[in-house]
Amino acid sequence: MKLLEYEGKEIFEKYGLPLLKRIGVLKIGDSPEKLKFNGQGPWVIKAQVLAGGRGKAGGVKIAGTADTARELSQKMLGMQLVTHQTQGRALTVEEVLVEEASDIEREIYISVVLDRKEGAPVVIASAEGGMSIEELAKTRPELIIKTPVDPNCGLLDFQARELAFNLKMPKGVFCEFTELAKTLVKLFIEQDAALVEINPLAITRAGRLTVIDSKIVIDDNSLFRHKDLASKPDHEASEIEKEAKAIGINYIGLEGDIGCMVNGAGLAMATLDTVKLAGGNAANFLDVGGGATVEQITKAFQIILKDAKVRAILINIFGGIMKCDDIAAGVVEASRKVKISVPLIVRLEGTNVEKGREILAASGIKIGQADSLWEAAQKAVAAAKNQFQS
Amino acid sequence: MSILLNKDSKIVVHGLTGAQGSFHSKQCLAYGSKIVAGVTPGKGGTEHLGVPVFNTAREAVEKTGANASLIFVPPPYAADSILEACDAGIKVIICITEGIPVMDMVKVKSRLTRLNAEGKNIILVGPNCPGVITPGICKAGIMPAYIHKKGSVGVVSRSGTLTYEAVWQLTKQGLGQSTVVGIGGDPVQGMNFVDTLKLFQADRQTKAVVMIGEIGGAAEEDAARYIKESMTKPVFSFVAGKTAPPGRRMGHAGAIVEGGAGTHASKVEALKAAGVTVVENLSEIGAAAATKLKTGTKTAP
Repeated sequence: MKLLEYEGKEIFEKYGLPLLKRIGVLKIGDSPEKLKFNGQGPWVIKAQVLAGGRGKAGGVKIAGTADTARELSQKMLGMQLVTHQTQGRALTVEEVLVEEASDIEREIYISVVLDRKEGAPVVIASAEGGMSIEELAKTRPELIIKTPVDPNCGLLDFQARELAFNLKMPKGVFCEFTELAKTLVKLFIEQDAALVEINPLAITRAGRLTVIDSKIVIDDNSLFRHKDLASKPDHEASEIEKEAKAIGINYIGLEGDIGCMVNGAGLAMATLDTVKLAGGNAANFLDVGGGATVEQITKAFQIILKDAKVRAILINIFGGIMKCDDIAAGVVEASRKVKISVPLIVRLEGTNVEKGREILAASGIKIGQADSLWEAAQKAVAAAKNQFQS
Repeated sequence: MSILLNKDSKIVVHGLTGAQGSFHSKQCLAYGSKIVAGVTPGKGGTEHLGVPVFNTAREAVEKTGANASLIFVPPPYAADSILEACDAGIKVIICITEGIPVMDMVKVKSRLTRLNAEGKNIILVGPNCPGVITPGICKAGIMPAYIHKKGSVGVVSRSGTLTYEAVWQLTKQGLGQSTVVGIGGDPVQGMNFVDTLKLFQADRQTKAVVMIGEIGGAAEEDAARYIKESMTKPVFSFVAGKTAPPGRRMGHAGAIVEGGAGTHASKVEALKAAGVTVVENLSEIGAAAATKLKTGTKTAP
């Protein structure tokens, strides 16, 4: 689960990290009068979307007065933002954060991530903050400092000190920085994060260490023990994805026109690849789970058909513990419940596959059957193209 | 021989009395697997599926001589069960549970590394995996038994149903399997591809290996390095996720391309460079293995 900048900063605040004074968050439909300014500014208005590169795309503005800040906030809300991280897609700005602007002298990068190979957290830092770490990894990898963390001890004092020396932290903020680095690791472990990033961490002209941005990703598997986070809206998921999740189906919307229903995540991924290989594009990733009961299949049909792009549906189920005749009966019953207006291609494999195919054939429902995944993908691609022409 | 499980494997099932544990244990018993004990705290002294149930793993091991664990405990408690199995002296621990918090696995990994440094030699398979099967001998997992056939191809995979697909293709080609290992789809896990390949390389029954990878992490790249340097047996591979959009988790917690790392292209390139036969089309993995393995030999492996 990815958190917006201000949600991340709320967590940072609990851990006592040095933040800028936040004036407030404005959502679409909120009155700008909700923002209560005190102090003399200037203020910064930041689009709350889950993508980096907001500044260049017009998602960060500076205002000298409270009135300008309110006006710019209003303008930014509802704006379509395309940054280098959104893969050409536009994100709608639904919330903006208004906070005090700062006078930055130096920018530092620091994050905590999971090192999958070691199975432990690692602190990643660079004296060159501000730019994306992926970019830096490509152009100047020697500027990236990695500090492995023992998950039982957190970041040790000497490690934090070493890091501060390597980043050339000035004396005035040296100790504050070592505390911050240790706190960041503590936060990562306690909050079950997959990523905690501050980019940039600034040293202001006044010589103060200040968190400018926040990026936090929480491990979805841990949400059962973080009720406060679990209740927050998922900003990344589309409406269909949220609906699917609510009924226990793993669905990710894609750009193509072939709806896919598969059991198991790996096979679902491979099915998308096979559709592509056959010359088509999948409309979604959908894992119905191991059970593939009538209820699950019905739900999956309903979810797939919510996407208006879908011109054919490909069902690929490997009947393992579930027998193919039971699955076939499920597909027949579900397709009677849900009105399916596009061609349906089914590939069943596994226990009692012959019985399953007989049930499908005898159902009277127009179903294209296939013996292999490859044949099914080719049939689905052809069917989708026919639909397109007719 | 085979790897991980053999005729002497005596299994203790953690969460035997739960819905998942019951359902799959019944299937394992029907296959002939020796499930000798169950662990469910509070149900010690009872019997389930004809198997004695104990309150603790230690008691189960002491009373039955169990030497392998199969875990079906729900996600919030599964990491604890893994550690309990370690402490009870179990050497092969197979964890099926999907959805364990990553930080729990980080702690498990840390303790496991320490125990193994002390010479305990504990192997963890999973979590979030279909388990392990040595066809004809022992099944400890949730895989459908009938798709397997005893033979000499080792199979290792990060995904469940994708493994079944590959195994079924092999079986239909007349190629049996020595052992099939699902290492699971989580970012922090027990044994990885390299650990499994080492066991297959050393196993006399195994003549070739099918390795099913997917996007995310660097396990396939590490495997490629090992294969290039140390493996003499032929390896066949498929890597899922070529068309997956970056930054999205494709069902498995570990199947994600992050910051340009863990891509399909990088894995396929590394494997090909190591001499692995990589198929682009999943439907061809069985045939690819059969073509290569049957050529020039009278007896199919």
